[in-house]
Amino acid sequence: MNKIEHSALILSSRPERPSALSNALTFGWRAALKFKHVPEQFFDLVMTPIMFTLLFTFVFGGALAGSTGVYIQYLLPGILVQTVVFNSLYSGMGLNTDLGKGLFDRFRSLPIWSMSPFAGLIVGDFLRHLIAGVIILGIGMIFGYRPEAGFIGVVGAFLLLLAIGFGMGWIFLVLGLVMRTPNTVMTMGFTGIMPLVFASNIMVEPETMPGWLRAFVEVNPISLMTTAMRGLLGGGATFTSVSLALLAPIILTATLAPLTLWLYRRR
Amino acid sequence: MTRSNETEALPAIMARGLVKHFRDVHAVDAIDLDVPQGMIFGILGPNGAGKTTLLRLLATLLTPDAGSAQVMGHDLIRSPQAVRSSIALTGQFASLDEDLTGIENLIFLARLWGFTGKRARARADELLTIFDLTDAAQRQVKDYSGGMRRRLDIAASLVVTPHVLFLDEPTTGLDPVARKHVWQMIRALAEHGVTILLTTQYLEEADQLAARIAVIDHGKKIAEGTSRELKAAAGSGFLHVTLADPAQFAAAAQLLEGLMGGQAQHSAEGAAVSIKANSPQAASEALTELTKAGIEVIDFSMGAPSLDEVFFALTGNAAEAPSMETAQ
Repeated sequence: MNKIEHSALILSSRPERPSALSNALTFGWRAALKFKHVPEQFFDLVMTPIMFTLLFTFVFGGALAGSTGVYIQYLLPGILVQTVVFNSLYSGMGLNTDLGKGLFDRFRSLPIWSMSPFAGLIVGDFLRHLIAGVIILGIGMIFGYRPEAGFIGVVGAFLLLLAIGFGMGWIFLVLGLVMRTPNTVMTMGFTGIMPLVFASNIMVEPETMPGWLRAFVEVNPISLMTTAMRGLLGGGATFTSVSLALLAPIILTATLAPLTLWLYRRR
Repeated sequence: MTRSNETEALPAIMARGLVKHFRDVHAVDAIDLDVPQGMIFGILGPNGAGKTTLLRLLATLLTPDAGSAQVMGHDLIRSPQAVRSSIALTGQFASLDEDLTGIENLIFLARLWGFTGKRARARADELLTIFDLTDAAQRQVKDYSGGMRRRLDIAASLVVTPHVLFLDEPTTGLDPVARKHVWQMIRALAEHGVTILLTTQYLEEADQLAARIAVIDHGKKIAEGTSRELKAAAGSGFLHVTLADPAQFAAAAQLLEGLMGGQAQHSAEGAAVSIKANSPQAASEALTELTKAGIEVIDFSMGAPSLDEVFFALTGNAAEAPSMETAQ
């Protein structure tokens, strides 16, 4: 370094303090950059649901619903729910990674809106859910799925998906704040979600299940979400079904969002 | 050092009785600190002494359990956002986004500080030039070397010039060339009036950079002064003498102990004696006495006091052992 360069080291005038919205958008921009630099993550996002769709449709579809065409019509809305529920753990893992590296120490020592890092995570989540949803719906349509409620139905379904992802995301943000490693967050997440996803009406109608299981499946939030998705995409969605689907995301947000903020502040 | 009188500018950092404990460990135990503006102030201590906790308290990342502190006149607890506007922190572990490129990391921070569009980019370019990272600007940080990361991390703390810069072990893990580079950067910033509080495990680093040094151990400040004052407290170090004839060890040790006081130490090979010397003069006289007594010396050296020796002198304990007294 020489003397001339030193002059640029010191900034004589500071910019004006940005708004909370500007901070949040900057974090959103960071989330979008991550998609640009780590495109392989899309593979992780959609591989499992695509496998599920193809295996269930072509292996079990005929036996379960009489024909693969009828079955994919039944299966795909639930696969979308399942995808969003599983993928909602990514921001918790990302949060845990950032915390481990000391990146959040820098954020917390900056004079910014203290919640803006979370805004970034949520923007990242929304992008992830939208992109994965579009890919899976697209592949589903190649194999014969038809969203019979049309464009408006698809828009409604995607809004519901974002709400589900938003609500579920808090579980993993809390885990991300309390767990030691990103891998623990993932393992905990899968352990909790797996039974919920399978003991639901995503793959089969609960009619043939034993009574005790059926009782659970019918109130399982994943089933309620799936029923609403079927309604929105295929027509026949009711206010009640959509409200029931939104119940879990609303409760999760109302309880876990404050907990997340509390955990974040006391770290 | 003379105390600054009250008409001078307010202190950059003023801490009174700061306390932070984690369960039953007193990480920071009643620390007072006064750092005038524009000074490089060193916090010296072994691993686990509480250096990082002290920095995290002053950078508003932790809330103190007792005591108070002001940074540039802003109270840590009452106005943390005002403190954050005056400071920047470069932690021990690079606080960068590994997936982003170097320039994206800087633009991201510039935007958070309120630069828009072209100005954010211009500031990022400027910093990359200063820190000699222009060639690596478009590479992801995960492909950076340790030295490059550290430079980018410090650059990230200078997007807006802070009044006070906290550096937590800024050169730990760096090779000598990268270390020199970081030292130059720190001096240049101080020349421009930035107050710097840095922690280090290396006496040499504190010696090279800091106008004043606080030595902390087990959360307590056990000494504070200029490096000269601290070294004087530790004595000028150890005299190491290699004998031509190992059989003369006992005679040499006895003679040195008589002259210097203290305990002579055996080297592993058996032919060398080490003893704490109070001054180079005393060491030189001791060498003359050895020759007079017919003990042939084939090599000798005078070691600067290590952190261990400073600690020993200050606490009467080795650096890692618990300190005996609670110095005020």
